[in-house]
Parts: sequence; C-alpha cells; structure tokens
Amino acid sequence: MTSTDPALREPAPGRATSAVRRAVGENTLLRSLVLVIVVGVALLLLSDVVTTYRDLQLSYGAYYFCALAGLTMLAGTSGQISLGHGALMAVGAYTVAKLRNTGWPLVPELAAAVVVTLIVGIPMGAAASRLRGPYLAGATLALAVGLPALADKFPSFFGGENGLSVNPSTPPASLGANFPLERWEAWIACAGALIVLFALYNLMHSGLGRSMRAVRDDEIAAGLAGLRVGRMQTLAFAISAACAGLGGGVFTLVYQSAAPGSFQLQLSLYLLAGVVIGGLGSLVGAVWGAALLVFLPNWSTDLANSFSLSTNVSHNLPLAIYGVVLIAVMLVWPSGIQGGVRALSRSRSRRLRGAGARSSAQT
Amino acid sequence: MTRFLDLTLSGISTGAVYAAVALALVLIWRATRVVNFAQGAMLMITTFIALAVINATGSYWLGFVAALLSGLVLGAVVERVLIRPVEGGPPLNPVIVTLGLYTLLVAVGGMIWGNTPRSFPAPFSLRGYRVGGTTLLFTPNDTFIVLIVLALALGLAVLFRATPIGLQMRAAAFRPEVARLLGVRVGRMFTLGWALAAVAGALAGVLVAAAPPSPTPLSPNAFDPILISGFVAAVLGGLDSPPGAVIGGLVLGLALSYVSGYEGSTLVPLAALAILVIVLMVRPTGLFAATRERRV
Repeated sequence: MTSTDPALREPAPGRATSAVRRAVGENTLLRSLVLVIVVGVALLLLSDVVTTYRDLQLSYGAYYFCALAGLTMLAGTSGQISLGHGALMAVGAYTVAKLRNTGWPLVPELAAAVVVTLIVGIPMGAAASRLRGPYLAGATLALAVGLPALADKFPSFFGGENGLSVNPSTPPASLGANFPLERWEAWIACAGALIVLFALYNLMHSGLGRSMRAVRDDEIAAGLAGLRVGRMQTLAFAISAACAGLGGGVFTLVYQSAAPGSFQLQLSLYLLAGVVIGGLGSLVGAVWGAALLVFLPNWSTDLANSFSLSTNVSHNLPLAIYGVVLIAVMLVWPSGIQGGVRALSRSRSRRLRGAGARSSAQT
Repeated sequence: MTRFLDLTLSGISTGAVYAAVALALVLIWRATRVVNFAQGAMLMITTFIALAVINATGSYWLGFVAALLSGLVLGAVVERVLIRPVEGGPPLNPVIVTLGLYTLLVAVGGMIWGNTPRSFPAPFSLRGYRVGGTTLLFTPNDTFIVLIVLALALGLAVLFRATPIGLQMRAAAFRPEVARLLGVRVGRMFTLGWALAAVAGALAGVLVAAAPPSPTPLSPNAFDPILISGFVAAVLGGLDSPPGAVIGGLVLGLALSYVSGYEGSTLVPLAALAILVIVLMVRPTGLFAATRERRV
C-alpha cells in the first residue's frame, strides 16, 4: 500500500543519474535520511521566515503529525483501527509534565514519553490483537473515555481538572537573546515529527513492515508462513502508541500544560478523521491530515466571522463547516486527499501521454 | 440492603435506556455494517423536535409521537443521502461520514436552539414508589421506561422473526447478493434498518432527557455520554444480536449503578472500560454474537 507511495519515493534513477542517486534510490535507510534532511531543512527555513503565530501552528501540525503517522501506520500496515490515540497522547503528555516538574532535561523527558507510551501500548496491543473491526473500535473508544478519568480519580498526582502546568523549554543562549520561544518550540516539535517520519518510513519499507502487511491481508496465510500473528499486531499497536506518546509529549511543551480537557474523546475522533481524510496508510496523507486539523478550525472560524450573523449561528458555524468538510471529502475522494491527489496526477499524466500520442500521429 | 435495592432498580432503569441506544446501533450495524457515531446527535435533534411540539401543543404524547416519526424520517434520509454513496468503499469511510454528520447536527442544534440546557418533561410522576415507609428510588416514570423499551425489543423481535419484511431484512443484512438475486430490494431494506434504528434512538432520547435520578437537560452535546454507554452496551452484547444489546444495556446499567453508588461517579468511565475489556478478553465478539471468534 505505502511502498508504492510516489510522493515519498525519490525519483526513479534515469539513464544520466550517477551511482550515488541509484544507491539512494535503492537503499531505504539512505532514502529516508535524504527525505528527513530535505524536509528538515525546508521546515527550518520555513520557521525562520514566518511569523511567530505561524511557528505555533507549525508546532501544532507537528504534534498532530506524530499521532496521525502512528495511527496511519497502524491502519495501513497492520489493518487495525484505534479510537484511543487521544488517550495515548495524554499518556505521553502527562509523562513529560511529571518529569519536567522534577527537573528532567528536554531530550530524556521526550524519550521517556515514548518509552512509557510504548510500555502502555504493549498490553493494549495484546488486547487489541484479539479484537477486530467494531469490537476493537469499542474497546479503544472506552479507553479514550476511561483514561482521562484517571486524572479526576487521582487529583493529587495528575492535577485533577486543571491538569499539570510546566515551564516552557527556553531556547539555548547560543541562538541569541531575542530568539522567539514559539520558533524554538516549533523546532522541537518538527524534530519530533521528523524522528517519527524517519522511524515509520523505515519500518513500513522493512521486512517487518512487509510481515505486518502480510498479517493484515491474510492472517491464516501469514501464520502458515511462520509469522507470529498476534505478536505482529501487538508490536504494531505499541509502536503506533509510542508515536502518539511523542506527539503528546510535544503537546505538553507547546501548551506548557497537560490537562484532561485537551484529551477528550473528540481528539481521538478528530485524529481518526484526520488519517482517513488524509489517506489511510500513507505518511503523506498524515501530513494532509495534520494540515487539515490545524487549519480547518481556523478557516471555518474566519469564514463564520466574515458574515454578520446572530451569536447562536456564528458560534456554531465553524463546527458545521467542519462536519460538512468531513462528509464532502469522503463523498468526493473515497480514498482521502492523498488518494485524490494520486488519481489527479495519474489522469493528468495519462492525458499528457494521450496528447503526445495524438500529435505524433498527426506528424 | 435498601441501598442495594435502590441501586439495582435505578440500574435497571438506566440500563433500559442504554439498551434502546444499543438497539439503535445494532440495527444499523446489522443493516449496513456501520457504527453510527451520529446516533447521539440524531436523537438530540428528535428530542428537540419533541420538546418544540410539547411546548406548542401542551401534549406530551404528541411530542413523543413527533420524536419517533422525525426519527423515522431522519434515519431514512441519512441512509439514502449520505451513507448509500460511501457503501461498498473502504470500511472506515461511512464511519467518518457519521462523525461529520455528528459534528454537523450538533452545530445545527446549537444554531436553532442555542447551547443553554433545557429541561424536558416526564410523562409520569417522578416521585418514588413507597413501600412500607421507605421511598424506593424507582418511580412510575421508570416503570414506563422499562416497559416501553421492553415493548420496543419485543416488537423488533417479532418483526425480525415472524414477518416477511423482517425475513427480507435479515437476508439483506447477511447475504446481500443472494438476497438481491431472490428479489429482495436490498437498498430499501438498508433504508428501513436505518429508519427503525433512528426510531429506537429517538425513543431513548425522549426517555433519557427526563429520566431521574440524573435527568439529562436537553442541549446539543447532552447525549454524547449516552451514545458511548450505548456503544459499550452494544459491543458487550455482540453487535449482531438485538437480544444481546438489551442484555448488554441492562448489565452495563446495573454495573455502573453499583460502581457510582458505592465508589463514586468519577470511577464510572473507568469501570465501563474495565467491564468492556474483561468481557472482550473472554469473548472477543461480545456475549451473544453469532459469528465465530477469531483464533490467533
């Protein structure tokens, strides 16, 4: 599914390309490194030219991408769905908040968020590997509702309704005294997103990813071929959980707080909507989904404010637009935005080829 | 002991409402293999319509009928207009459409009726029965709730088991191609399934909006928790089985009533999660599903 993702692939080596390009094209690790460096430099340049508000949006997009990429890997590679990734983000977020308040530095606390969510994800994945379709959806839905309730149950440890607030991570002095905090946070968030991109790109193009896809397509055949079906699914769920955990950790740093209100069921549902609308199973689709989750609420609010309407209508118009967009994308592009883009580029190249054939026939 | 009795009785009453929502989800799942996340928003709209009719006419029962009829129409329209085009595509697409519909309906509800919660009248007395000097936590209205949900479940059972249309609906749900070959209008059966489900949902909305001990004041977001409980109940019972939905609803209602009565209401979501996970670990397709469980 994702192995033929044209937008993530380096261009196929042509006749005139050097051996270096060919090596990059064939080696997944090299290809992903080039991809990460190119995207990283682009993000670095982007974060330097835009306003601090856009930097903030960039960090929102980056933490959404972490969770969405994990979810899309789970759905596309392992064939499982999860309505509980918002709760897994909460696990990462609270881990970072607790450790930050005890004075841990930046990188270890984010790494701890990944490890803790991975550990939480293993028993959940083991449970999930026994379930399918709506039953898996039901169990993970209950997780999304049940886990944030822990914060209410142990208010002294998790801070109750108000959650835990943390100090922001200040930019290092070497960047200058006037370096904006938002830009530094955007860098941290984008670094997290790039790590997720690198890890998942390699996973999905590795033998392990192939095994997971085999399990997804036919469990019995995969089992006969010697694959541990349950273990594969557990692993996929745990890795996907770890990505969501990193996203949650970044969330805490960007918002400087972790509170149960941020990780309600709506977040899990919007994450699911983001991956399906972006294009299930595609990392580029996760980028589309993240962009949608960041920009759509803003656009619809701006649009609603541009009309002069009664308060009841104008307060609810953004929500209505959001719902209409979800429905419309599914009706117009059943395989998500990335699927729509692929279909468009295919039909255009076919039309170009067709035009070329006609003109050569005329001469 | 009276406390236990009280908790049991109120558990049965809330469980009956969960059962109605679970029935709505099960009917849609059987018909079109879609988990309808918009159910909570749909029953919010029908309950608002009922309230408008009650306020205009002064009659509870006219409002009650209006809710059921508007549910019937809403369910059929949603299936025909929104779900039919995405059927046969990737399995998650109808789910996202229902999520979009949920968001849209909540927004529409807020636009028309505002976000201020409103109270909804109950048809019968909300004062508990008195037995030998103590007042039970069970009211004539609770009796009405339990009886009408039982009537709904029995009615559906008769429809599915004993009528030609029910046979056609079952055939369309289980083997659409074969049913179509044998002359069943499969699409029409799907629409009917959604319409019936929306009626069950509308019933649950009218009941829960007035149901003590925790009446849900009517507002656009008021029914989200009911949808989640109904979904958990449906999964508990096995999504394929209407009797399973009723039993799942009652089991969940009782269990959550005991938990909230003895341990406090903050534990309720966690308890729902624990119950669901334990049941699914033992029986991965719910308590009463006909399909074989998957072996790994």
